[in-house]
Amino acid sequence: MNAEVEAAVAEAHRREWGFVLAATLRVTREIDLAEECVQDAYARALSTWGERGVPAKPGAWLTTVARRRAIDLQRRRATQHRALPLLVEPTLAGESGDSEVGEIPDERLRLICTCCHPAIAPQAQVALTLRLVCGLTTHEVARAFLVSEPTMAARITRAKKKIAAAHIPYRVPPIAELPDRVDAVLTVVHLIFTTGHTAPAGTELIRRDLIERSRDLTQMLRALLPDNADVAGLLALILLTDARRPARINDAGELVLLADQDRRHWDRDAISEGAALVRQALRRRPPGRFALMAAIAAVHAEAPDWDATDWREIVGLYDLLVATWPSPVVALNRAVAVGLADGPQAGLTELGELETDPRIATYPYLAAARADFLSRLGCHYEARLAYQEALHLTENTTERDYLTRRLSELAR
Amino acid sequence: MAQYLILIYEDESAWDSADPDTFGRLMADHQRFGAANSDALRGGDALQPTTTATSVRREPSGQVTITDGPFAETKEALGGYYVIEAADLDEALALAKQVPAPFGGVEVRPVQTFD
Repeated sequence: MNAEVEAAVAEAHRREWGFVLAATLRVTREIDLAEECVQDAYARALSTWGERGVPAKPGAWLTTVARRRAIDLQRRRATQHRALPLLVEPTLAGESGDSEVGEIPDERLRLICTCCHPAIAPQAQVALTLRLVCGLTTHEVARAFLVSEPTMAARITRAKKKIAAAHIPYRVPPIAELPDRVDAVLTVVHLIFTTGHTAPAGTELIRRDLIERSRDLTQMLRALLPDNADVAGLLALILLTDARRPARINDAGELVLLADQDRRHWDRDAISEGAALVRQALRRRPPGRFALMAAIAAVHAEAPDWDATDWREIVGLYDLLVATWPSPVVALNRAVAVGLADGPQAGLTELGELETDPRIATYPYLAAARADFLSRLGCHYEARLAYQEALHLTENTTERDYLTRRLSELAR
Repeated sequence: MAQYLILIYEDESAWDSADPDTFGRLMADHQRFGAANSDALRGGDALQPTTTATSVRREPSGQVTITDGPFAETKEALGGYYVIEAADLDEALALAKQVPAPFGGVEVRPVQTFD
């Protein structure tokens, strides 16, 4: 029973956190208080659901409990001297915040638009969204961004303070302003997707909830902005990448790399939907970063197997992508593609240039890519060292198991 | 409603070397801004250049030092301000975008309230 309840609470945490928090925020209008009440509601769920069973609508139950707690705390505080600025909700003057759960489909969109306000630093926007909309811990958010936990905690605190002190409005921007705000929101949604595609820590490689959340948010944005090429590009990228999900883990729960995946298990419906969206997204000149990434995913999706992949085409697309979006992780992926097009030695040379970049020096995929090229060159001793380094830097259990297997293969 | 201070930071040398036409046009721009937003404006002034500034600082020992010049020497210096009232930051930023500041830009700061 206990395990069942724990699983239900964990599931509700993954699926409902953003919704429960957004709904509670409408009562508290204070982010810290809302987070405290939502955390409290999840803690109560553990004991109450154990006694009375899991409710039919866990999200509604959690929202009711969190809101009741918020009203309670606010009444208690009302008599106290306080100077905490409240969130501004311009469109909600006549509402008391007691609307039925599920009535407002854009509840999370309101939260995400506030998190992605241009007055908040870009890095903090993404951090805030992962923390508030997806309920990730500060530790997990820090891992997703390759920064230390205290740095991330300070970043989140600073952003929350600014939202309150500067009166950043808690609302979905008007349609006229929406396109300008879209890039920030898409960047955030993409980060949520990549975090779900390969979880930065934990026993699960894939966090389906985060993938589905990012896909839902992108589909909602697409409904609002059907002509936006970046929205189409991101949706294409998510569909094409996630189409491989059934083949990424084998029956033993082990990680299967793209090279070794059984492509018959790929989701062909998602691929054709994604491919159609890529074509729409690429019509804009110059193509945006999501359209380019989706195009790369489409090249993989169309290749019958790894060896038949058009690596020249992929390197060409990465060249465009590096020019549009010079991130060290993109440069790493490009280096890997060069290694596959021109051979492992060429790949190692490209990787070598990245190793002096402090932003990526401790990124486990860098060491893992080096290990792979070294083992292809027959440098088994150096490859083992590189696999050990990657193992040391990886916190995801499924990825650790994969690296351990590679290491033992080399030891033979 | 909340109050915000819009601080106008501009290159003083650009103002110094502005010809009378430019100067007159900028003054008119500010007057137009003030007239168009009189409902939201709570105050505002232009400042004399930083060459007229005097900084006063009390050392931990209690000693007061008076120095000629602004607190920080920057290329773009505080040259004027508006105090506005707005419902939220978006409204404040919409006003800030209209403030004439061709030789620099503006900074929007929420006014802290103690109640």
